[in-house]
Amino acid sequence: MSDVILRMRGISKTFPGVRALDDVNLEVLRGEIHAICGENGAGKSTLMKVLSGVYPHGDYSGEITFDGQECHFGGIRDSEHRGIVIIHQELALAPNLSIAENIFLGNEQSKRGLIDWNRTNAAAAELMRRVGLRENPVTPVIDLGVGKQQLVEIAKALSKQVRLLILDEPTAALNDEDSAHLLELLRGLRDEGITCVIISHKLNEVLEIADRVTILRDGKTITTLDAEGLTEDKIISGMVGRDLDHRFPPREPRIGEEVFRVEDWTVHSPTQHGRLLVAGANFTLRRGEIVGLAGLMGAGRTELAMSIFGRAYGVGISGRVFKDGREIRLRSVGEAIRHGIAYATEDRKRYGLNLIEDIKRNVSAAGLRKLARRGWVDDNEEFKVADSYRKSLNIKAPSVSSITGKLSGGNQQKVVLSKWIFTDPDVLILDEPTRGIDVGAKYEIYTIINKLAEDGKAILLISSELPELLGLCDRIYTLSAGRITGEVPRAEATQEGLMTLMTAGQEARR
Amino acid sequence: MSVAPPNADFMVGQQPAVPGDRAPGPRRFSINLRQSGIYIAFAAIVLLFTILTGGDMLAPQNISNIIVQNSYILILAIGMILVIIAGHIDLSVGSIVAACGAVAAVLMVNHDVPWPLAVLITLLVGGLIGAWQGYWVAYFGIPAFIVTLAGMLLFRAVTYNILGNRGIGPFPDEVRTLSNGFTNGYLGNIGLGGLGGADLFSILIGVAAVVGIVVTQWRSRAGRLRFGQAVEPLPLFIAKIAIAAVVLLFVMVQLARFRNVPWVLVLLAALVLGYSLLTNRAVFGRQIYAVGGNLQAATLSGVKVKSVVFWIFVNMGVLAALAGVIFAGRLNQANPTGGDQFELDAIAAAFIGGAAVQGGVGKVVGAITGGLIMGVINNGMSLIGAASEQVLLVKGAVLLAAVAFDVWTKRRAGASR
Repeated sequence: MSDVILRMRGISKTFPGVRALDDVNLEVLRGEIHAICGENGAGKSTLMKVLSGVYPHGDYSGEITFDGQECHFGGIRDSEHRGIVIIHQELALAPNLSIAENIFLGNEQSKRGLIDWNRTNAAAAELMRRVGLRENPVTPVIDLGVGKQQLVEIAKALSKQVRLLILDEPTAALNDEDSAHLLELLRGLRDEGITCVIISHKLNEVLEIADRVTILRDGKTITTLDAEGLTEDKIISGMVGRDLDHRFPPREPRIGEEVFRVEDWTVHSPTQHGRLLVAGANFTLRRGEIVGLAGLMGAGRTELAMSIFGRAYGVGISGRVFKDGREIRLRSVGEAIRHGIAYATEDRKRYGLNLIEDIKRNVSAAGLRKLARRGWVDDNEEFKVADSYRKSLNIKAPSVSSITGKLSGGNQQKVVLSKWIFTDPDVLILDEPTRGIDVGAKYEIYTIINKLAEDGKAILLISSELPELLGLCDRIYTLSAGRITGEVPRAEATQEGLMTLMTAGQEARR
Repeated sequence: MSVAPPNADFMVGQQPAVPGDRAPGPRRFSINLRQSGIYIAFAAIVLLFTILTGGDMLAPQNISNIIVQNSYILILAIGMILVIIAGHIDLSVGSIVAACGAVAAVLMVNHDVPWPLAVLITLLVGGLIGAWQGYWVAYFGIPAFIVTLAGMLLFRAVTYNILGNRGIGPFPDEVRTLSNGFTNGYLGNIGLGGLGGADLFSILIGVAAVVGIVVTQWRSRAGRLRFGQAVEPLPLFIAKIAIAAVVLLFVMVQLARFRNVPWVLVLLAALVLGYSLLTNRAVFGRQIYAVGGNLQAATLSGVKVKSVVFWIFVNMGVLAALAGVIFAGRLNQANPTGGDQFELDAIAAAFIGGAAVQGGVGKVVGAITGGLIMGVINNGMSLIGAASEQVLLVKGAVLLAAVAFDVWTKRRAGASR
């Protein structure tokens, strides 16, 4: 009954100077959910690009057999023709087109060269029903949240008669509720006979949904395991090649006096008139303290942080901010930086880095004036500063003249952190500092965060991963629908308790 | 056992390097090719026309002509490269050149304003025009393409209104000297053997420039070495400096043999030096690259993005006004149709010189080289008696080829991830 639908054998792929895949083998059984785990740079995405024809036949060595036939895909259309569809981490939807148009993009339902809108919308509605997307098919995709956009992608895949669905980090940008829905949907698709390959960093999800797990490390297949009886620690040790007893580095908190206080902070939406994003939030941070901010996607965490950081987001902002007991005004990002506040964004590629510039110019970007005398930058000093961070934060790059766009996610995040550490802040707001980062790099980021706290900085840590908050924070605030719904000391915090607070009051508001 | 050693000193666990983290060697070469390709192309084009014209290309008078004839485009290209690095465009500079030339003419010819004051007022007017456009782009949020397209029409209309549909001239001698004239032979002539007499002052300027280049380059290299930075191998470094010195001295000797150093060359050299320093070393210059490279990241790093964009357009306006004065002075008349399509030459110069369409990339020296490439093509083709439509054809092909090469090298570098 369980025959092999996909067999990739001896796959090797070399980029100039780098062997990304080295004799990788992968076998996927018909009708299973197969997870692929590995650190960033382990070759997961490259393997999937080989499979889906992004790297055409001849660009790699090895053979691919799908459904008993050897495949030579010349491009993504060939693989889609065979029923292999890949959904990338960054969704590829046209934001201003409707759901139905997106589903049938490149596969338009036409009659004599003209699009048959009735058929398009009706067929879209049927596909949307299958993926559990309750929206009008003519709604523009831009009006949907990320979770629903993901569903549109899956509906699009279904419209192509998908037989093997590949999802690259499908839940990375989703909140827990949407993630759960997506995983449920994948189970349903499996029962309909659609085979799934899923790449995920969220090991709990992998264990929850996968039938089998293949682990890649440094471009090689390490092993394929049955998910039955597997534990996160086992996967992790396969991924990093060593045992991992402590996922969080130890730390002795030395908490000082209050350094930062926000009172009655209120923010309105810049796009939807009158909509409250943050309502009357109060919180305090103390020297040497790591404070967590927990909240579901859309709870207003980023909006809260960015509005405090020199009104970088939102309109109709009101409230008071105190630093060292004195009220301060933060009307621009520059003012916030001068007052010793730093904000490391959740989306480092879009908001954190100049990807076409090298490491040193990114490190100096926010603290350039510290390197300048009368408006002129000392670039030797800049090199020295950047190089010291490269060493101390273990940024893996040949030199600080390497372009940041070429670095892996974890190393990019270290560049972002370097940039903010260089501004010598007293208060650091870290927004999802480990998003999309592999386990080993996460540990390094945690070590950096602990070190910063040890140096007496106050840290506000925003994270979607509750274990991360529980593992690092001294105190955790919960945010729900723009309101602070709880403040829990580390000793009393549990995932269940936090989740209850994070969802508190949401039903009442709807 | 934890993964990372629990050492206190900010060191994070050393891990075996992941293959993807290593920057492979060949990439370094392609970056170099991308940066130096423009100079190689320039040399090739000069060589080609030197052969085609039987050496006339590099004759003393012709070199002088190329510089003087293209000076206003080169000045515009300096402003344009900054605009393009910031991720914008300016289509209005041709009209600003005309409008400011008209203002200068009216002030000097009709109202007898002393020429230094008149030039100052003209530059101010250019700055105001730039501020007008910068306001709409930076603070109001209209794409620069639209704002400056409107400006192109608007300021052309302004020019016609000022001049009343006819040319105004002639300009005072000092202005004409700035555009067209040459430095005096302050130190007399010296004999260069078979080459005949040459202006000693011009040659000394050339020697001083070479010494300046050698000293600054060497000091910069020494500084980098002291900080343990990677530098190019010494033979390559010396070869580069030597080539630059030979080219520079050759040009200066040729100029000295003709009619000394043109004043516009002095002006241009000062502008290139100043703006190169600004883009490489000044905080403001760095912010231009930051804005063009990633607007949001720049904003969140505390860069006053709107103010940066605003001042770039003000700067463009001032430089366009300067180009306007020089252009009008060269023709000895301000013309309502003057400066037509200058914006296209300036934009082409910037892109041939290695600017990226998306912004964030570009160099002042690159834009100057791009402008000179077009100038040499113009000049060389007219020397060999080519028809003007053929000149357009070649210039168009060169522009497309330059940008295609840029895109290709970028794609090749990017394909590995």
